[in-house]
Amino acid sequence: MAEQAAKAHGPVSYGRYVMVWLSLLILTAATVTAAGLAFGRWSILAAILIAAVKGTLVLFYFMHLKYESAILKLFMTVALLTLAIIMILTFADLSFR
Amino acid sequence: MAGAMGGAVPVDAGFFQTQGKRTGLLAWILSTDHKRIGILYLVSMLAFFAVGVALGLLMRLELIAPGRTIVAAGTYNALFTVHGVIMIFLIVIPGVPAVLGNFFLPIHIGARDVAFPKLNLLSWYCFVGGALLAVASLFTGGGAPDTGWTFYVPYSVRTSTNVTLAVFAAFILGFSSILTGLNFVTTTHRLRAKGMGWFRMPLFVWSLYATAWIQLLATPVLAITLILVMLERMFNLGLFDPGRGGDPLLYQHLFWIYSHPAVYIMILPAMGVVSEIIPTFARKKIFGYKAIAFSSLAIAFLGYLVWGHHMFTSGISDSSRIIFSLLTFLVAVPSGVKVFNWVATLYKGSIRVEPPLLFIFTFIFLFSIGGLTGLMQGSLAIDVHIHDTAFIVGHFHYVMFGGTIFGLLAGLLYWFPKMFGRMYNRKTIQIAWAFLFVGFNVLYFPMLVLGWQGMPRRYYDYLPQFHGLHTLSTVGSWILVAGLVIFVVHLIRATRRGEPAGMNPWGGTTLEWTIPSPPPQVNFVTLPEVTAGPYEHGGDEGRGGRRGPGEHHDRGGPEGARA
Amino acid sequence: MSTTLPAHLPAHEGEHRDPLGAKMGMWLFLLTELILFGGAFLLYAAYRARFAADFHYASTLLNPLIGGVNTLVLLTSSLTMVLSIAALERGLRRPAVLFLGATIGLGLTFLVVKACEWSGKIGHGLFPGSTELVERTAGENIFFGLYYGMTGLHALHVVIGLGLLIWMFALIARRPRVRVTLPAPAGESVRLATAGGRALWSDAVGAEAAAIEVSVVYERHDELLAGNLPRLDNTGLYWHLVDIIWIFLFPLLYLIT
Repeated sequence: MAEQAAKAHGPVSYGRYVMVWLSLLILTAATVTAAGLAFGRWSILAAILIAAVKGTLVLFYFMHLKYESAILKLFMTVALLTLAIIMILTFADLSFR
Repeated sequence: MAGAMGGAVPVDAGFFQTQGKRTGLLAWILSTDHKRIGILYLVSMLAFFAVGVALGLLMRLELIAPGRTIVAAGTYNALFTVHGVIMIFLIVIPGVPAVLGNFFLPIHIGARDVAFPKLNLLSWYCFVGGALLAVASLFTGGGAPDTGWTFYVPYSVRTSTNVTLAVFAAFILGFSSILTGLNFVTTTHRLRAKGMGWFRMPLFVWSLYATAWIQLLATPVLAITLILVMLERMFNLGLFDPGRGGDPLLYQHLFWIYSHPAVYIMILPAMGVVSEIIPTFARKKIFGYKAIAFSSLAIAFLGYLVWGHHMFTSGISDSSRIIFSLLTFLVAVPSGVKVFNWVATLYKGSIRVEPPLLFIFTFIFLFSIGGLTGLMQGSLAIDVHIHDTAFIVGHFHYVMFGGTIFGLLAGLLYWFPKMFGRMYNRKTIQIAWAFLFVGFNVLYFPMLVLGWQGMPRRYYDYLPQFHGLHTLSTVGSWILVAGLVIFVVHLIRATRRGEPAGMNPWGGTTLEWTIPSPPPQVNFVTLPEVTAGPYEHGGDEGRGGRRGPGEHHDRGGPEGARA
Repeated sequence: MSTTLPAHLPAHEGEHRDPLGAKMGMWLFLLTELILFGGAFLLYAAYRARFAADFHYASTLLNPLIGGVNTLVLLTSSLTMVLSIAALERGLRRPAVLFLGATIGLGLTFLVVKACEWSGKIGHGLFPGSTELVERTAGENIFFGLYYGMTGLHALHVVIGLGLLIWMFALIARRPRVRVTLPAPAGESVRLATAGGRALWSDAVGAEAAAIEVSVVYERHDELLAGNLPRLDNTGLYWHLVDIIWIFLFPLLYLIT
């Protein structure tokens, strides 16, 4: 079972967690900097993309999703897909009024 | 009516017997036994159903004649609002999953209970709490809410009636629904018995599983919507205030993003009940097991794509109206697959029209009318004319009442002997059925005609030309309620005085029919090992091709996935 | 009669333990939280599309330094959270407790900063329905409605998370103990001795004694400590979700200038 597999690798090292945290800090600095530069319409996209990367790091490493069984990854995918559908179909209305 | 009941012949009490330290009422309302929780839901739902029915009767009394009959317009608005809130959030949404699902899901998969028994009890507490708050909103504050159960802004933000309390009640009830969904998904994944692979589960479990996912993924959207309404009313947030840039249509989007999938929460478990009853009373394996299983998932998925059809006349873009109309037609396909497979199961079956099957035939008939009228509404050009008319009211009562409630009644009739260890009187139930069937159609079919002719919904007054059909409809409501009273009173008496039913009075093949009636608290003395599909008839009566508890079938390697 | 103290007592006798099931339940709950905030983000997206310029302007009224500090606070609290879990996995109670305490401290810091930020805004007259705000454009009104609504809902979840963290703190801060309760044999003398026969305690038990309770307190007890691991894990999951939501809120509210 996946949980035993994770145990077989031993608990995640402190060091890896600190590395992830440092990456998160760097990305935060990046997103603040990017906001300062006038990308215009693309700045919101950059902000969301960087936030998505940060969120994924927290999800995969801090929340362990990378090491969890496939079923949990499937659950997360289903939820995100649902959100995407809801947003897309709502904008099918909003964009064309 | 009392004829041929077994008097007070004692039956082994099973899980009804008090175990442990607590006694009496406390032993029930503090119990985490899924069977007791199912009964708790049944009893509390019955009480609130009575309130909802009473409100419906009052509405029909008002509508028996044009003009003011018994209440003023504002009161009528409150009547249909609270009737809707009670019937939808307290009865039809929890309905089958909370009563029959709680009772039978663990037994169907060969488990002793659900994955989180304490959360299950919390779910019931939230149900009762939310229900009491909803009923309280009738009497407190500025009076019963008068917005319709849909709580559309901006009126719901501006009205002085007790919207905040009613909305908060709905929020708590939503929490109850989410907890049930969470429990059922985890239970299905983690607690299946040895050998119970996904494709050996009864179809009722598949339907509950699909429903649970909708409960999990749709209800939070309702939660945020209700939270925002409360924030608007309490803190003047302004997000839906057109004067400050708010868009009432965004409210409608958020509301229906939940409330459309919600109707699939209502109907999928009832369809699961149908898939259980038909094989038993046709003494035949279900036709197309996998098609039915996957169609449950398909309905759950497609149900997320069609909410805009509630908003065809609200002012959304033409492009989205076309898209939503097309998607609405798609969602009828998997339902059609189910009906086809049910009928195919009956074909060349050895059919016994016992009361459960009688109610199932009625379900199929009434739900088909409801579904077909739904397709009519999905067609843009037609909907422009019939939206917000009595046609819609007729449609959703055919699917929610004729579908879900009749499915619930059928399930209760099917599983009554298992739950209570006693059998009811078939004749009495058939009489009740006659009242129900006639009353239902006399009550609701005229609404389809009235709506087509232009009678608006949520109006307490109307043009004289609609008088005749309205009177007919009101008379139908009395016949229907008579049927409900006969049904409920008889079943309640049968819990004490019915003939002992034995382990498997119907010849069913799923796991619940291999344990005593009523079941013992632990469900199975020895957890079963499953070696065949759920609807294998032939061989031992009630066991099909399955090995019962205690008989081990040695096969190399683990059976059944544990994912 | 003599009773041998068992080496380990299960925390809950006979209860079915399924850590993966418990984890699955927590993940499913987190998905509902995701969708809850997803609905709010949808609202944000819809209004932003309509009032792009107003949103840009209104965002300048927020202080990105405060938002940035809060972001760092939450990110660090997520780090201390996983470090606490990692310590517990290794049976190290004291570091686990310290890291958990740090997480709580950082969470409280977040709330204090947020409270200051809000009171600042309210002091400037920028709150829902205020005359100052109503006089501004529609888009600015919507922006601040979203600002208060979404950060408020988020802060509520921080409070709930803190409640869970404090509960876990109480659970693992105590030294692990095994407790046995035995019926008191009235009128007899009772002796507690090691297996090797070394006497530890004895007394004559009077008629009034209802029970005898023996508690063994451990400095370190890996198995008992590990019993708390699933709960701490799940608490951590909740906390990280709260962090992820802020990760998205921060740029969308503070950095769209």
